[in-house]
Amino acid sequence: MAKVTIDGIEVEVADGTTILDAAHNAGVHIPTLCFLKDVQAIGACRICLVEIEGARDLAASCVMPVSDGMKVRTNTPRVREARKTVIELLLSEHDGDCTTCNRSEDCELQAVAHEVGVKENRYEGERSKRELDVSTPALRRNTAKCILCRRCVTICSDVQGVTALFPQKRGFKTVVGPAFNKDLDSVACVQCGQCGAVCPVGAITENDQIDEVWAALGDPHKHVVVQTAPAIRAALGECFGYPPGTRVKGKMVSALRRIGFHGVFDTNFAADLTIMEEGTELLTRLKKALVEKKEAHLPMFTSCSPGWIRFAEYFYPDMLPHLSTCKSPQQMMGAVVKSHYAKKVGKKPEDIFMVSIMPCTAKKAEAKRPEMNSSGVSDVDVVLTTRELARMIEQAGVDFRSLPEGTMDSPLGESTGAADIFANTGGVMEAALRTAYEIVTGQAFPFENLHVKPIEGLAGVKEASVTIKETVPEWEFLRGATLNVAVAHGLGNARKVIERIQKGEEMYHFIEVMTCPGGCIGGGGQPRMTGNDTRRARIAAIYAEDEHRDLRKSHENPAVQKLYAEFLGHPLGHKSHELLHTQYTARPKVKVG
Amino acid sequence: MFTDKPDSQCQCAEPASPEELRRRLDEVIAEYKSKPGGLIPVLQIAQGLYGYLPDEVVRHISLGLDRPYSEVAGVITFYSFFSTRPRGQHMVRVCLGTACYVRGGKQVLDAFKKELGVDVGETTKDQRYTLEVARCFGACGLAPAITVDEDVHQRVKPTKIREILAKYSQPGAAAKGA
Repeated sequence: MAKVTIDGIEVEVADGTTILDAAHNAGVHIPTLCFLKDVQAIGACRICLVEIEGARDLAASCVMPVSDGMKVRTNTPRVREARKTVIELLLSEHDGDCTTCNRSEDCELQAVAHEVGVKENRYEGERSKRELDVSTPALRRNTAKCILCRRCVTICSDVQGVTALFPQKRGFKTVVGPAFNKDLDSVACVQCGQCGAVCPVGAITENDQIDEVWAALGDPHKHVVVQTAPAIRAALGECFGYPPGTRVKGKMVSALRRIGFHGVFDTNFAADLTIMEEGTELLTRLKKALVEKKEAHLPMFTSCSPGWIRFAEYFYPDMLPHLSTCKSPQQMMGAVVKSHYAKKVGKKPEDIFMVSIMPCTAKKAEAKRPEMNSSGVSDVDVVLTTRELARMIEQAGVDFRSLPEGTMDSPLGESTGAADIFANTGGVMEAALRTAYEIVTGQAFPFENLHVKPIEGLAGVKEASVTIKETVPEWEFLRGATLNVAVAHGLGNARKVIERIQKGEEMYHFIEVMTCPGGCIGGGGQPRMTGNDTRRARIAAIYAEDEHRDLRKSHENPAVQKLYAEFLGHPLGHKSHELLHTQYTARPKVKVG
Repeated sequence: MFTDKPDSQCQCAEPASPEELRRRLDEVIAEYKSKPGGLIPVLQIAQGLYGYLPDEVVRHISLGLDRPYSEVAGVITFYSFFSTRPRGQHMVRVCLGTACYVRGGKQVLDAFKKELGVDVGETTKDQRYTLEVARCFGACGLAPAITVDEDVHQRVKPTKIREILAKYSQPGAAAKGA
């Protein structure tokens, strides 16, 4: 332990603690920019400078460890002047069109400039070169806003294992971007948007498509319907001043009605549908492997997370046969809406405009995949992130906090608790196990409160085993079998699992992969900033959603049962294959020739 | 002294075929694949083989060393001695380090730009010269200094540059200088 004095306040902290953390313990706030808790501490931006008694130079508190007896001052004239100069120099090359910037309300550079008391631009000079990258459906880059903090580089390489972004060139000409500063579509980018989620400024943001939705809503010939992903209801409130983890499903539905959508559906309905299809697919693969003794490409991986799909297509094309062929819930909903629902309401598929509200930027790219058009037109027309929905609610003049609790439409808004937990890491697996176990054994899922503890929480890779003692006659071959499952979130963790499998170190039957740390509740389109505390709060809200339901298993969803009876037939049937399943494309991680 | 052409001894021989170049590159990649810090030597040797780093070579190295393409490009664009554009027969580097700058390096550079009709980083139409700037050869006492290939020329004056270039202007003039 080390005794440290910070601004006269004595604290005792573990050896190796940084001054920044020690100051936090002492209740002293030090401004930061490049620092990102649990992700990056590199001392690059020099905002967090402090004065250490006896040291000649100011030190970057985010990387400087304390030593016993150290006396630190965070608020001296020298520190204040240094921080202010650092910010002034950053502002001098920053493309500061703040009034029209996507980040004008939550820009960290602006906030820190305000905090350190910058009142004028003392330095006028050459500005960073503005290059706009609009090459992907998901993301927008503006190189002139970048302050070179490298948060995006760290998250893209160290957390996601993708490294689409890297500093190019040097000195004043440095640009953080894809190889040779070409556009994002020239490199293997999975469009997860974690870069934009951690960007302190407006250098990388989601592709804002709000105006496309307003245009559709203003078109009298369009029947405009919306679906909302399970993760939105646990995060949207943060955009309106609620603490992380506030459940706002009812207000969200009311807001969507006030905006003017003709139908408000729940992606959760399609999540329950996914479990029916994916669970059956898993059991079918197990049967193929165990009874027919044929290659069944086990383990099977979940396929709900489009960033993960692209990751597998780029980096592990030989694993593609292991991915479930199920479309994601978003696309399943779109396909059902533009076929079955269209017929029911007497509309042509092309007259229906399907909007998705997703916690995700990769969903924007997924909706644009050419094969996602089961009805002959796109399953989903526009995907908005949680952040865009919040802006749309503001633009509509809706006072979110005073909205009444609304309810989703029936039947496409009906779902179970199993669908809620699609929002967080471990949830899809738990939902699948709840259903698969009951189908196979005919008995109640034997876990306390239906939760599979070992796959909960934020550990990067989680494992569980479920032993099947008794079975119904149809699944006799599984009697006594133990099903091994794994859960990974963050693509870097997915990589670890795949490499273990490829080395033959592990044998799993079923693996859930979610692209973003924490799962969809930590998606690239969620309110900023998402740290682990926020992730935990959102996950707790999602579990609360699940636990407050009467129905908590996908196969118990009456609306899904009715859809099979009326329209689809049975899971993996002909209609399902046509509408709800898809295929994948191997993509070179580096194009050659 | 630096050398930006590690394989320059091969310049007097017949140019190697693309297949031969690729074979030699693959040998180098295999040699450095498991070595930490292997990327920069591989890039240096590849530039020696090809004269510059064509994009397809960069992509091949990225795959061969299993290093992300954006990272490899980041390293290449960080170092001014790596070039992704074909370079002329002779490299002219004008030092703009502090000593050379204050003793007229900038005027020498302008004179080269005018004489060769190219900007910094460009190559003359006849593929004979590429003009670059450098930051100190460690020859500050001789400022302003330039190099042509591996020859250092000292106390260069703008009026002298035609004379310097004349040494290299003969077709087939030795790349390694007199």
